[in-house]
Formats: sequence, structure tokens, C-alpha cells
Amino acid sequence: MKLGNKIIIAFLILLAFIACYPVLFLAVGSLMGKQEVRDALGGILSGGSEYVSWRFVPLYPTLASWVELLLDSPQFFVMFWNSVRLTAGVLLGQLIIAVPAAWGFARYEFPLKRVLFMVYVILMMMPFQVTMLSGYLVLSGLHLLDTYGSIWLPGIFSTFPVFIMYRFFRGIPGVVIESAKLDGAGDLQIFFYLGLPLGSGGIVSAMVLGFLEYWNLIEQPLAYLKDPALWPLSLYLPNIGLEEAGLAFCASVTVLIPALFVFFAGQDYLEQGIVAAAVKE
Amino acid sequence: MRNKYEYRGLWFILPSLLGVMIFILLPFMDVVRRSFMGAVNGRWVGLANYRNVLGNQAFLLAAGNTARFAAICIPLLIGLSLFTAVFLQRYKTWGGWLKSAYLVPMAIPVASVVLLWRVLFDRQGILNGGLSLLGLPVRDWMNSGTAFGVLVFSYIWKNLGYDVVLWMAGLSAIPESLSEAARVDGASEWQCFWRITLPNLIPTLFTITVLSFLNSFKVFREAYLVAGNYPDQSMYLMQHLFNNWFRDLDMDKMAAGAVLMSLVILALILLLQKAWGREE
Repeated sequence: MKLGNKIIIAFLILLAFIACYPVLFLAVGSLMGKQEVRDALGGILSGGSEYVSWRFVPLYPTLASWVELLLDSPQFFVMFWNSVRLTAGVLLGQLIIAVPAAWGFARYEFPLKRVLFMVYVILMMMPFQVTMLSGYLVLSGLHLLDTYGSIWLPGIFSTFPVFIMYRFFRGIPGVVIESAKLDGAGDLQIFFYLGLPLGSGGIVSAMVLGFLEYWNLIEQPLAYLKDPALWPLSLYLPNIGLEEAGLAFCASVTVLIPALFVFFAGQDYLEQGIVAAAVKE
Repeated sequence: MRNKYEYRGLWFILPSLLGVMIFILLPFMDVVRRSFMGAVNGRWVGLANYRNVLGNQAFLLAAGNTARFAAICIPLLIGLSLFTAVFLQRYKTWGGWLKSAYLVPMAIPVASVVLLWRVLFDRQGILNGGLSLLGLPVRDWMNSGTAFGVLVFSYIWKNLGYDVVLWMAGLSAIPESLSEAARVDGASEWQCFWRITLPNLIPTLFTITVLSFLNSFKVFREAYLVAGNYPDQSMYLMQHLFNNWFRDLDMDKMAAGAVLMSLVILALILLLQKAWGREE
């Protein structure tokens, strides 16, 4: 291997380290004792002039912060449960609404189909700020503000999963469908017995991407949920002050674990989903 | 091409379509209508709201910052991810491991990483600690012009893996035989890259640019959680502005702002469509 290549590889490994370092940082912090965190954070907490001195492994590893989080922080469980309910509600709704819609777009011809699909693509790409006000107006009109409906319903009707699954449903060879039709299978039978199993990769991709999105939700709950008791962890976490850093570390790791789990279990699907959003038909 | 419509297909789409209509499309049309009305009296005011917004200091600052942010971080991200993807493609064995590593930030919730950002970029933080150890000048990263740089870093950190995956998909679509033939004819590695790989990646480039731009709006999450409603001026983005308008219930400004923003994004998407069309 040439020297140039070695430098590049070292650089790429450094990049990978930077990418993953937050996981290590949080894990280490969560295993430090109260005093050790306090000492390590030094000047940030005391307002003094010493700098943070962070180690790669805790000097005196302890589960004290974890015990405090899991046993003495009932509020944390409420927030965690809120996050679970928000995410699960949206994903379940998407399964019911978006999967058939993607199938309809992928497998049938009807008037205005191209126009409608274009509208879906455009909506998928609009950032939240564009629909923030319109969402607020309709949600307040339906008396859904300050309820999970205000997060669930716009999420369920997000057009992004429709687009992703559409790509996968399109990939099913037409011959398979045609021969099933010749054998007398009805539309619903084809959808349930052929479409769902053959397009399951797309469904999983959309769910993985959706999970990472909704587990992380900031803007929507910030705008539509005024009552902090309804907040998901993603909004609550930054409000834990650095004075309680040990707790904040454990809470951060707890939020991280489900996301990492979904990531590693579904990485192939995640990649397929990313690519599906980009390739042309 | 089937020449007969199958209206039954509409049943599959109907629930989704109704929801999109009720929760997204119709309300947005209402907002377009409102953008021509006064907030208080509900009277027709023509383009007054638009004039108001476009002359608004905060809007100009936020629009400028958002444009500057896109102009700096998107080329950076695209260049870095292309470079990375080309090398990962070449070394397949451990390339897969590294690719996974680059994707990890997508899975790290913003809320968890905020803690690290605070410890890293604080005046007494890790970064300054390292700098002072080396005898270099320290600064208050989050409360000066460098806050913008921190934001660029966050964006690249988060999106590198995403773009690498897209590039690698583009790279794997180029037939290996092309560069092999060129190599047989005596082309150097460099020439192969410039003359064969790069031209074949142009369509991918279009797509990646647009997707990277759309993802750039999500950087608000980090910005908001680290620095709150009114961060350093250098990183005050459109998203902050909308958030603040929203809190103050500045309906007329918000309506006009949302319409303007949707027009810009729409133009970009149409550009993407055109790029896709060219491919065919």
C-alpha cells in the first residue's frame, strides 16, 4: 500500500471515530460517579477557569446514576413512555394508511395518478416550517392541540413512507401479479398474499427511517404540545441541567439504546431506504 | 402501457389521500389565502404581508444565514462524502464497517448528542481545553461567529453516512468494465476517476444535492436544543424565525413566509425532476 493511501485510510478511520464518539462519550459519562462527573466537568459547572478533563474510561465506574435514574426518577419513565406512544402511534398508522396507498400508486393506473404522485413527492420534501402554521390551524380547528392526535395524524399522513414503499412495490415483477390474476386472485388477495410479502423490504425500510425520525421529534411537539407532561424524551432531555449531569448521561443513553438497536437490526433496510429515496424510477 | 384505467386502485389510495387533503393540502391553501389578508381584520391586503416579510430585518438575517449555511455545508458534505465513498468502494472488506460507522450518527438522537455538544463547545469545554494545552487561543464557540461553524460541523457529522450510501449506490451502478478497459489502454487511476467515474456520477450529484439541501433543514434540531430560541446571530436560521413567529402568533408574517419558503423548495424539487428526466 502506498503512503498516500495509508494517510487516507487513517483519515477515514478518524472520521469513523468522530462519527461514533458520542456513543462512547455518553456511555462513559453514565458510568461515572457523581463526584467524578463534577470534577470532570470542572469549569462548566463552577464557572471557574479550569477546563473539562474527560477520560476515555471512568476512573471509578459505578452504576449509581443508573440506579438513580431507574429507581428515583418517575418523571423519566413518563417521558420515555410518551416517546414510545408517539413513535408507535405514528408508525402503526402509517402501516394502515401508507402501505395500501403505496400499493395503489405502484400497481394501478387511474386518472390524475401522475399529478397526485407528484404532489406526494413535493409534500414529502417540504420542511416542517412550511406546514407549521397550516398544521396548527387545522389541529386547533379539530381541537387536537395538546393531544397526541396533533403529532399522530400529520405523521400518519406523511407522504414519505408512501414514496419509499412505492419504490419497492414497483420492483415486483408484473408477471407475478398477472399470473395471480389469471388464477382468479382478487385485488385484495393479491395485495395481502403477494404485495405485502414481496414488498416487505420496503415496508421495513420505511419503518426504520420512520422510527429514527419520530423517536427524534423536536419541532412538532414543541409547536403543538404546550403541556410538558405530554413531551417526549427528545424535548425533556435537554432540560436536564448539567448540575444533574450523571442523570442526563443515563437518560441520554436510554434514548440512544432503542435507536441503536433499530439501526443495527435494520441497517440494510436503512440503506435501501436511503437509496430508494434517491434513484429515479 | 395499459390503456384501461383501473379505478379500483383508487380505493387503496383513498384513506391516505383524504388525510393528506385534510391535514396538509387544504390547510396550506388556507394559509396561502391568509398570506394576502391582514392578521387582525382579515381584510384583503394584497402583497403587503410579503412586503412586510421581505423588509423584515430578522427575515433577511435568517434567510441570509440559511443560504450561507447551504452554500458552505452542502459542497463540503458532498465533496467529503464522495471522497469517502470512492475509497470505501475500493476496499470492500472493511469498507462496510466504516460505512456502518458513518451511519451511526443518523441513529443517535439529537437530544442525546446535545449533552456532548455542550461539554465540547463550552467556554471551559473539551475543545478549548485542548487548544489551551497546545497554547492556541481559546474562544467562546457557541456565543460568537464560530457558532455557525459548529452548526456546519453538526450537519456534516450527521449526514456524512447518508451521502456516502447514496454515492456508493451511484458508484456501483457504473460498470466496472468501463474503467478496466481504460486501464488496459494505459489510463492512470486519476484519469479513470476524472474521465469515467465523475461524468457518470453527474445524475447522482443532482439528487444528492437536493436531498442534502432538504436534510439541511433538520439541523435546526441541534441548533435549537443547544442554543435555544435566540442563538448567536451567526446561526439564526429560518427555522428559528418561524419558531419565534409561531410563538408570537405572527400569523400574517408566518403565512407569507411559509408561502415564500414553499416556492423556493418547489423550484428546487422541479429542478430535481428535470435532472431525473435528463437521465432517461
